Amino acid sequence: MAYYRSTVLVSMDPACIDKGALAVKEQLINELANLNLSEEVQVMDIPRIGDPETEGPDILVYPEGSHYIQLTTATVGPIVIEHFIKGRELQQYKAQMRDVTDEELREPKDKEIRVILENIGKIDPRNIEDYIAVDGYQALAKVLGEMSPEEVIQTILDSKLRGRGGAGFPTGLKWKFARQSPDTPKYMVCNADEGDPGAFMNRKVLEGDPHSVLEGMTIGAYAVGANQGYVYCRAEYPIAVSTLNTAIEQAREYGLLGKDILGSGFDFDIEVRMGAGAFVCGEETALLASIEGARGEPRVRPPFPASKGLWGKPTNINNVETYANVPKIIHRGLEWYTSMGSEKSKGTKTFALAGDLVHTGLIEVPFGTTLREIINDIGGGIKDGKAFKAVQTGGPMGGCLPEEFLDLPVDYETLGAAGSIMGSGGMIVMDEETCMVDIARFFMEFTQDESCGKCVPCRVGTRRLLEILERICAGKGVPEDIPLLRQLCDEIIQDSLCGLGQGAPNPVISTMKHFMDEYEAHIYEKRCPAKVCRSLITFEILADNCTGCTVCARNCPVNAISGERKQTHVIDTELCIRCGICKQVCNFDAVVIN
Amino acid sequence: MTSTPMQLDPLENPKMREVIDNTISEFGDQNGALMVVLNHLQERVGFITKPMQAYVAEKLGVPVSKVHGVVSFYSFFTTEPRGKHVVKFCIGTACYVGGASQLIDKAKQVLAIEPGQTTPDGLITLEVCRCVGACSQAPVVVVDEANHGRVKPSQFGKVLTDIQKSEAAV
Ligand SMILES: Cc1cc2nc3c(=O)[nH]c(=O)nc-3n(C[C@H](O)[C@H](O)[C@H](O)COP(=O)(O)O)c2cc1C
Ligand code: SF4
Ligand code: SF4
Ligand code: SF4
Ligand code: FES
Repeated sequence: MAYYRSTVLVSMDPACIDKGALAVKEQLINELANLNLSEEVQVMDIPRIGDPETEGPDILVYPEGSHYIQLTTATVGPIVIEHFIKGRELQQYKAQMRDVTDEELREPKDKEIRVILENIGKIDPRNIEDYIAVDGYQALAKVLGEMSPEEVIQTILDSKLRGRGGAGFPTGLKWKFARQSPDTPKYMVCNADEGDPGAFMNRKVLEGDPHSVLEGMTIGAYAVGANQGYVYCRAEYPIAVSTLNTAIEQAREYGLLGKDILGSGFDFDIEVRMGAGAFVCGEETALLASIEGARGEPRVRPPFPASKGLWGKPTNINNVETYANVPKIIHRGLEWYTSMGSEKSKGTKTFALAGDLVHTGLIEVPFGTTLREIINDIGGGIKDGKAFKAVQTGGPMGGCLPEEFLDLPVDYETLGAAGSIMGSGGMIVMDEETCMVDIARFFMEFTQDESCGKCVPCRVGTRRLLEILERICAGKGVPEDIPLLRQLCDEIIQDSLCGLGQGAPNPVISTMKHFMDEYEAHIYEKRCPAKVCRSLITFEILADNCTGCTVCARNCPVNAISGERKQTHVIDTELCIRCGICKQVCNFDAVVIN
Repeated sequence: MTSTPMQLDPLENPKMREVIDNTISEFGDQNGALMVVLNHLQERVGFITKPMQAYVAEKLGVPVSKVHGVVSFYSFFTTEPRGKHVVKFCIGTACYVGGASQLIDKAKQVLAIEPGQTTPDGLITLEVCRCVGACSQAPVVVVDEANHGRVKPSQFGKVLTDIQKSEAAV
């Protein structure tokens, strides 16, 4: 085999080929042959290098790793001479160093305080020594060496730590109840089901700092007197599951899980159990049923899990983030912890910002930060210069809040009073082009799909709500629909067994409260003000703007657009399914919605 | 996965039968074993047929009705084989707001199937799911295990050609 000193990889992505990658490759081979480099430099195809749309055709030269982009047959020659003969890189064709920051977790902004997210990206989650190097397991050592279970519980009570899974129940109190339950054995469960669409804070913690959760669970187990723990993780998170399993193995090797932890005589071990795609399993009694191997149907409380949980035994269940707070509180002390937050909610909360913002991703702020600070100062405001319409918190059981609520300090009480909920930390920001009736319909589709069907008000009621909302979006709403929606919402809230049914009407109630004008426009004027609801809009191509580039016609999923190249295109409104793709792909703003 | 043995129940296929037996003996012996066994069967075999459910029930000593109840409750468990590749559209909130429905329209056009269906050649199954936890990259399409973020309808054809190319390369 010939020995090559260099290798040039050429991107053969279809989009690159479209833009002339084959000719570039041919030119490259010719240039190398002219310079007698064919024996030294090998040319190979590769499926894709950079972003074909913005960087193709592109090549990657090894061993240097130089990435040359936007190549043409004319630029290849100079690059070959500079690179292989003169040993220099031609900067004007080189890709800028790719921004390697994690898009899900950027550098913290001014208003943020990172406690739960602090280690993520900084330690290797698959190496326990990294965690130990940042004072990991110090809190556990302190607890086992110096504190009684009662002292641990008192410390957590004094910290005012509240459950991060949504309801905000005081964690110390929960632990106290589980400790006081006379029955044994006791279990410690971690809720890692994170079903709220739009939220991924728990996943990030499990993937990036799994030991903080294991340490918190172990401290809690000591406090309540449990010897076996389970982490129930949703099946959609395979990387989290494998990271957790590695972390558990390493903790066992280091004597931090298993028998006689740190020589204290205390035994505790943890197993990971996987869900299988049912949102309702995030509800604690359903989750326990699922760990037991049954259908994940909620049951009536009381009895609460603290007295009768897993296999009928006392069980403490907390969210991932709740546990992750525990070692920090013990290790850094109450004074530090309680200095952060609002009157009734101490510490920080992570949020997953999503939607129409400049910066989306995970953030962490002290309780009491206002929505406006989160959206504008941290999220960078609404993108593309559009106007803010609503922020949705709390997931499918939460609500949508308009502009006038943006100065609310975020905590459990204020969001609840405003008609939304804190929830687990999903926060979706919507711009003026969002239809609030459609959003209500979307959430109702979700809850009616995820209702476990055990009780009638939830199963039937959510379906009826959905039908009415679909009717309104389709332009077939009638004035009586408004009181009917209200009445159904009341009935569902009152008669549902679990939090899913009790919370399901929330998106409808909150949008009716704050965006009634949009409901009315749909019902009385058969008009969707945000131009979203497909039955109420039509698409049209403006002859003045259309250049006849044919892009829209090629992308229309139902071939509703016709026109010759360089001629004005037209949409057949009979065929058009109003998907909006043409508007999105047109570079000349020629497609408008009526 | 070839097409002929697919007609047979995995239990009738000696190799698959071994996988099933091993899975049951590996995980059958713990508290709450049913979910764990079913999760691993779904992963290793790809689906859980009625006869497999009966077999698991017998081996674990639980009523068939319970196994059936559990399989039908959770959306991850399927009773029929899916395509060789699964293309899943996230229709969670962030992805919905981010334009997931346009992607689905595009996929329906390109593949001429609806979500929940498999192409006649058995290559691609379209599915929808709720939030895969990559919301900051909405809209997200999951091809087999890999997340593709910020997919535009105009780029979607590429996702499919990638699959077809990887097939041609095999
Ligand atoms: C329908 C429904 C879904 C839920 N999903 C979750 C979830 O995904 N994660 C979670 O931690 N709690 C979820 N909860 C809340 C749990 O029932 C429970 O309150 C929580 O796990 C308690 O932990 P905490 O006190 O640490 O918050 C859900 C509740 C309901 C009613
Ligand atoms: S309220 Fe809905 S989800 Fe909850 S138990 Fe009843 S039917 Fe199931
Ligand atoms: S994409 Fe725009 S400019 Fe091009 S043909 Fe369509 S409407 Fe005309
Ligand atoms: S809205 Fe969709 S269906 Fe209608 S013309 Fe545009 S691309 Fe085609
Ligand atoms: S909503 Fe699609 S990844 Fe979260």
